[in-house]
Amino acid sequence: MSRLLIEASTPLCLLQDAGRFGVRHLGVTQGGALDWVSMSWANWLLGNALDAPVVEITLGGFTVQAEDYCLLALAGADLGAYIDERAISPGRSFILQKGQRLRFTQPFSGARAYLAAPGGFDAPAVLGSCATVVREELGGVDGFGKALAEGGRLVYSGTGGAMKVLSAPDLQPGKPLDVIVGAQIGQFSGQSLFDAFNTAWALDSRADRMGMRLLGAPLQYQGPSLISEGIPLGAIQVPPDGQPIVLLNDRQTIGGYPRLGALTPLSLARLAQRLPGETVRLAPVVQQTAHQQHIDFMKRFTTT
Amino acid sequence: MKPRIEVVAIDCLMVRLFDAIAETNMPWMLAATQRLRSGFGAALVDLVPSYTTLMVHYDLGAVNPAQARALIERALADLQPQAQGGGQCHVLPVWYDLSVGPELTLLSQRSGLAIDEVIRRHSAHEYQVFALGFAPGFAFMGLVDEVLATPRLNTPRKRVAAGSVGIAERQTAAYPVVSPGGWNLIGRTPARLFDRGRDGYSLMQPGDTVRFEAVERAEFIKLGGDDTPLEALA
Repeated sequence: MSRLLIEASTPLCLLQDAGRFGVRHLGVTQGGALDWVSMSWANWLLGNALDAPVVEITLGGFTVQAEDYCLLALAGADLGAYIDERAISPGRSFILQKGQRLRFTQPFSGARAYLAAPGGFDAPAVLGSCATVVREELGGVDGFGKALAEGGRLVYSGTGGAMKVLSAPDLQPGKPLDVIVGAQIGQFSGQSLFDAFNTAWALDSRADRMGMRLLGAPLQYQGPSLISEGIPLGAIQVPPDGQPIVLLNDRQTIGGYPRLGALTPLSLARLAQRLPGETVRLAPVVQQTAHQQHIDFMKRFTTT
Repeated sequence: MKPRIEVVAIDCLMVRLFDAIAETNMPWMLAATQRLRSGFGAALVDLVPSYTTLMVHYDLGAVNPAQARALIERALADLQPQAQGGGQCHVLPVWYDLSVGPELTLLSQRSGLAIDEVIRRHSAHEYQVFALGFAPGFAFMGLVDEVLATPRLNTPRKRVAAGSVGIAERQTAAYPVVSPGGWNLIGRTPARLFDRGRDGYSLMQPGDTVRFEAVERAEFIKLGGDDTPLEALA
């Protein structure tokens, strides 16, 4: 067993895995790592299952001290990480000797870093997952949805040793976000459809794990009011003010706003690394094409 | 019955069975749920029912969108409504009182009915659970007697007590845990609506039916209810 003492944390530092499934019909949200590609990569570097429990560190402010010899891996954003006084870049596994500190200072590139340990960090599976959803009091190290906090501990029991090398998955951060257009697309005005896919959208500071708001030309929905229905991950819903909201892992399970469509999983991983104030563009993609791109992308995690 | 299938995400298709909310939708929804669960088997990640739709979330590593569409069409061919009795029937005790259900007054004024009659009408009907959402175990039920239909509060409360029973338009629901909320509150149930230790977790499942039973304060307390007045929680 190897232990890390948490010396500093924020409400945005959470234990995550791929999320909670098979319970959406009970009103339980999905949860899970927002940048699932970086979570998978951090786990891959240690030979873990791609969805083994990791720490999602958003923006920084997180410090741990090793109480034992620890093997760890880091992927995702460059949050100015240091081992004691030595800078460490993401995309690699590394060792923390007993007494050494790993700290994340501030975002230099991207927004979310993922810290993995051999076999994943220990946490009880609650409704099949340890994904932390604070609002629902589910998951996390204690099982009751608490964010990681100063004075707490991260523990892992795996031995590692099956470390693998994988070149950085290229998320092409500047590329537009791919939107699988939904059935209500024809109910938006022609001008709105043009604006949606031909103008830049600024990321609002009103953003959390439930959703990110996009600011730009207001989109006009002209269809009838809708009856609440299931909301998929990445749905772009358009409330009456016309400013779209991308719904993320901690979204409510059903809702009644019209939708442009839904982002692809790869685009969601890209979006998870963007900061408020930055701009994104949207591009329409057909479901079948997106599916094939996704399958092709995943091959990198299966070839040895 | 010819359900429409719509694209919603890379790994989700929406099965649209109806265009309006009705209690008569339920036998069809239940039948479709069963058929889809067995048709997809392990390739089904989640099946999210709502009033008129079922969202099928499938494992995109197991089936592609065209295969998923074909699976849905096959599963729903010659769909027949399921005879009632598929879901469980729950009786939820409710302490209807102004201290925990302040909108009893509003509902009485709007409907022109005495508070006792408002309570009698709310507890007289056997409601259907159309969908769960908003929070784990939060069941959207209906349809409430038309004279009791009341729009949501203009300003939602920051804290609604666990167990609070409310009305919004022609729907009724009980809050599983303390949360913000904009429904018109009329009482409180001691029932534990969501329990991670329980088999199935949520007391109510889509397709179940629910009847509310008025109980006195003493009975409410005996059943484990918390009678802290709403204003004390604010």
